[in-house]
Amino acid sequence: MSSTAIAHSRSTARLFDCREAYSSTLESMAEVDPRVCAVVNDSVSSTKLKNFAKRFPERFVNVGIAEQNMIGVGAGLANGGMIPFVCGASCFLTARAMEQLKVDLGYSNSNVKICGMSSGMAYGQLGPTHHSIEDVAWTRIIPNLGVIVPADPLETSQAMRYALQHQGPMFLRISRMPVCAVHPQDYQFALGKAPVLRSGNDIALLANGVMLSRALEAADRLREVGVHARVLNMSSIKPMDTGAVLDAARATRGIVTAEEGLTSGGLGGAVAELLALHHPARMRMLGVPGVFAPTGSAEFLLEHFGLTATGIYDAALELMAEEK
Amino acid sequence: MESLSQSIDGANKAEDLRLKANRIRFSAMTMTHHSGLGHTGGDLSSADILATLYFGQVLRLDPSQPDWPQRDRFIMSKGHCSGAFYSTLAFRGFFPEEMLGTFMDPLSKLNGHPDRNKLPGVEANTGPLGHGLPIGVGAALAARMRGEDWRVFVLVGDGELQEGSNWEAAMAAQHYGLDNLVVIVDRNRIQQGDFTENISRMDALPDRWKAFGFATVEVDGHDHMALSNRLHALPIERGKPSCIIAHTIKGKGVSFAENKPAWHHGVPTAEQLRAAAAELGIEVSS
Repeated sequence: MSSTAIAHSRSTARLFDCREAYSSTLESMAEVDPRVCAVVNDSVSSTKLKNFAKRFPERFVNVGIAEQNMIGVGAGLANGGMIPFVCGASCFLTARAMEQLKVDLGYSNSNVKICGMSSGMAYGQLGPTHHSIEDVAWTRIIPNLGVIVPADPLETSQAMRYALQHQGPMFLRISRMPVCAVHPQDYQFALGKAPVLRSGNDIALLANGVMLSRALEAADRLREVGVHARVLNMSSIKPMDTGAVLDAARATRGIVTAEEGLTSGGLGGAVAELLALHHPARMRMLGVPGVFAPTGSAEFLLEHFGLTATGIYDAALELMAEEK
Repeated sequence: MESLSQSIDGANKAEDLRLKANRIRFSAMTMTHHSGLGHTGGDLSSADILATLYFGQVLRLDPSQPDWPQRDRFIMSKGHCSGAFYSTLAFRGFFPEEMLGTFMDPLSKLNGHPDRNKLPGVEANTGPLGHGLPIGVGAALAARMRGEDWRVFVLVGDGELQEGSNWEAAMAAQHYGLDNLVVIVDRNRIQQGDFTENISRMDALPDRWKAFGFATVEVDGHDHMALSNRLHALPIERGKPSCIIAHTIKGKGVSFAENKPAWHHGVPTAEQLRAAAAELGIEVSS
């Protein structure tokens, strides 16, 4: 896929809030599909659904601060033929309602879309109670539950439209951190597909969400020093595009994963599981390394854990320097 | 005042439901005996409620179309009482009665706890407690959003109400004024470990439901006519969700199991099964 026309220098690019794409897409889907409804846990403004609530009051459910009930209500709405988009802060939506995610959504295979807002370290200053660095690991292990981490507004919107057509439960992890647009306007999201945003056979950079633009920037800088990095958008963590990942492992000297969350159980863990079984390869896993993150702004925390274009660039050069 | 013919009809209906409930009881005990696992006490306490719902023309159902969109939804939140629930569904025609003989066998569709993707007539996968009522709230909201008149019935255990998710759901049901939602409490006063009152007192149970905005009544959960009359007069109050607290006896109908915590998940021996058959008026071919 060609996307070289799009600027990736984060210092100059225009930044977007994926939540805006979320709310406008939900409204436009609700306009044409009477089954689309929203469920929130008092999170009307943080999910940017005020306008949805105004336009579709009969299809807007606010259960109050009650996440277990919120997921159950979603399953019940789906039982009744609706297609609920259940959204709230990802840290509460996932952790507080884990058994409901397992039983009411995954095991029941309910047609419910859950949207974890302000995921990762978006609530940086609020501390580890509000960080949602575990959500990918938790949701990824539940059978039937798809896990998607979109990178920009277009992909957020595309993933939601995909989720609407897809029969079964899905978890969309949506950031509130400003991101640049990384996809061309004709981009089409597909579950289980990892688009190759940069081609190259020296090293592979696998990233998603807020880390994808940083991986692209790292790839551009690597090219300047003669290293051709392949960049895969791993927005679809589950199901994973195993073919694309194995191709990358076979073609390159190593793989760098980068995610805004815990590496164990997250994207890094998922890629390592695959490679260990089918094509052991050298890896660097960038993310939060099994600790509770300190307090600080999201940008500060990304820097703190080396989740930057420079961090990815350095990891790639380290792998290049190792004996093949 | 009932006319004489109505009361004769009523007596016939009650007798029919009594026979159905005892069939459910014996079937559940047979299944538990077969598998060596099960929840006899709650199967027996809930049998009259299930019989009245499924055979007393309460639920709007079509077993030949289990996914009929306009059906009433019945959610067996106390999913551990699957012996009674599966027997009810089979007798009502949702799947062949022969399948009951596979209860908990390897690869059986009859899990220890119900799976809606394996068995027609199951609305929700339950087993962990406190899941049914939130799902019921969602299904009741869906009816409202779609302008449909289906109703949602959720059967919960009394011990189950110790799970906080029930009360989260109750708050939402009240807030949205879901008068198409009916929660039935199988108030058998015993949970796995002991009598409910020895573990978490709930003597104020009707007041709790009333305080959470439910129009609440109490009935004898083994009196088929009382159950039937109540279940045919819903909602209890327009604009409010309904709560029917059905006072029951755990192990009801089988004297050696009645009101004994050990029979929460007691497994009957062959001899006990024969004794149960005699008490329940079931003829068994030896």
